[in-house]
Amino acid sequence: MKLAGFLLLLAGGGLVLAAVALLASALPRTGFVLAGVGVEALGVVLVARSHLPAQGDRG
Amino acid sequence: MTSLPVPAFSETLTVLCLVLILLVPLAGAGLSLINTGLGRSRSAAHSMMASLMVIATAAVVYFVCGFSWQGFVGRPAHFLAIGHAGWNWLAAEPFFMRGLQFDGSPASLAVLLQLFSVGLAGLIPLGAGADRWRLGASCASTALLAGWTYPLFAHWVWGGGWLAQLGTSYGLGSGFVDVGGSSTIQGVGGLTALSIAWIVGPRRGKYPANGMPAAIPAHNAVFVLFGCLLGLVGWLGLNSAGALLFAGVGVERVVLTAVNTVLAAASAGLTAAIITRLRFGKPDASLTANGWIGGLVASSAGCAFIKPAAAIIVGIVAGALVIFAIEWLEFELKVDDPGGAISVHALGGVWGIFAVGLFARLPRGSAGQLLAQIVGIATLIGFVLPTTYGLNWLLNRFFPQRVAVDGEGQGMDLHELGADAYPEFVTHTEEFIQR
Repeated sequence: MKLAGFLLLLAGGGLVLAAVALLASALPRTGFVLAGVGVEALGVVLVARSHLPAQGDRG
Repeated sequence: MTSLPVPAFSETLTVLCLVLILLVPLAGAGLSLINTGLGRSRSAAHSMMASLMVIATAAVVYFVCGFSWQGFVGRPAHFLAIGHAGWNWLAAEPFFMRGLQFDGSPASLAVLLQLFSVGLAGLIPLGAGADRWRLGASCASTALLAGWTYPLFAHWVWGGGWLAQLGTSYGLGSGFVDVGGSSTIQGVGGLTALSIAWIVGPRRGKYPANGMPAAIPAHNAVFVLFGCLLGLVGWLGLNSAGALLFAGVGVERVVLTAVNTVLAAASAGLTAAIITRLRFGKPDASLTANGWIGGLVASSAGCAFIKPAAAIIVGIVAGALVIFAIEWLEFELKVDDPGGAISVHALGGVWGIFAVGLFARLPRGSAGQLLAQIVGIATLIGFVLPTTYGLNWLLNRFFPQRVAVDGEGQGMDLHELGADAYPEFVTHTEEFIQR
């Protein structure tokens, strides 16, 4: 789950960069940038869930 | 914001900028006191020692290779051709700052500011790793931060890199704007703090098998609150010097920058105090301090370009955001962050960057500015977080970052330094925690 989360983070970042570099008109560019941010948000959720400590913590 | 060379400063402006830069170490002193005060008494000396060593490591590593990746506007850089534009992604300076004249030029002043700023970024994760992050590991992690992560992102923002050029290359407002380091210093430091908190895990006893997370109170509220006052002075220097060096504003804007910095901190501190008073019956000193610093963090990005009324809104939102984020991280995500570093610096920084898109009046116009700021935030989360986490994860494989179990029980002071911070005092009975 952690690896998938980080891959989503990178994919979302890549989507944002691609939108900026390849799309000229404002509306599609904004849409794809926001989509990239959404993918990153999913990645953060996965990474955060993968780091939830087990019951009773490590101590 | 621009890749054009910064014009030479007049003698007066050089002196003013130098004085402002020399205030910045006070921000580091403030953060060190806050991190120490919010930790346990049995780790207090270790926390201050770690702060000193982190600042030292950051300065030396930045001198060796950090500046060579970061560079400065108008100096040599590597470009990638993507689409119709060249993407300036990395500086091409020699190691050891060779070729740089320390003559009072804007580039040399920026280097001095960066020596302090990179140390400030390195101090932030200490708050998240308090009471369990080994001294050697924190220095090694700082070397990675100062040697790669920080300079790379700072080049994109402050070194004429591709984020700064979003305006000229793609018509996104004035490009990504961050005057005083809400992203470069606070965002990068805050996301590294999150990585460290995840990698080292919570303190022993923080999350018992049944029930609520244990409250581990700050050991010295006076340190924490005095740290806030020092932080204010340091941030005044940081934001004002950043405005002169990285935003290219004239000296007349320094006053507005300082006013906005004070107002953002003040409104954030008041908001935090009021919220905690309403929720808990009495204002909470630790959370109010975190709110205050959150306001300073959020003020940095747009302090030279927003109106004072907007600075107050930035501060109010930052103060509230920090309070609720600390609780959310602790209770929902189970991230043990004794210093509140993630909420204050990562989330406060992100809010500050976003607020530029909402409130800033920029010389090149504001059309597309919000999108430029969102691209900057996406870059932080999409590339800086995986980079800093990956580097620290690798480090942890070869050089474990968390102290041994007996060391945590004994206290970091005795275990790693061989002496307590307060040897003549009897410490609290097991710091309220069953072991």
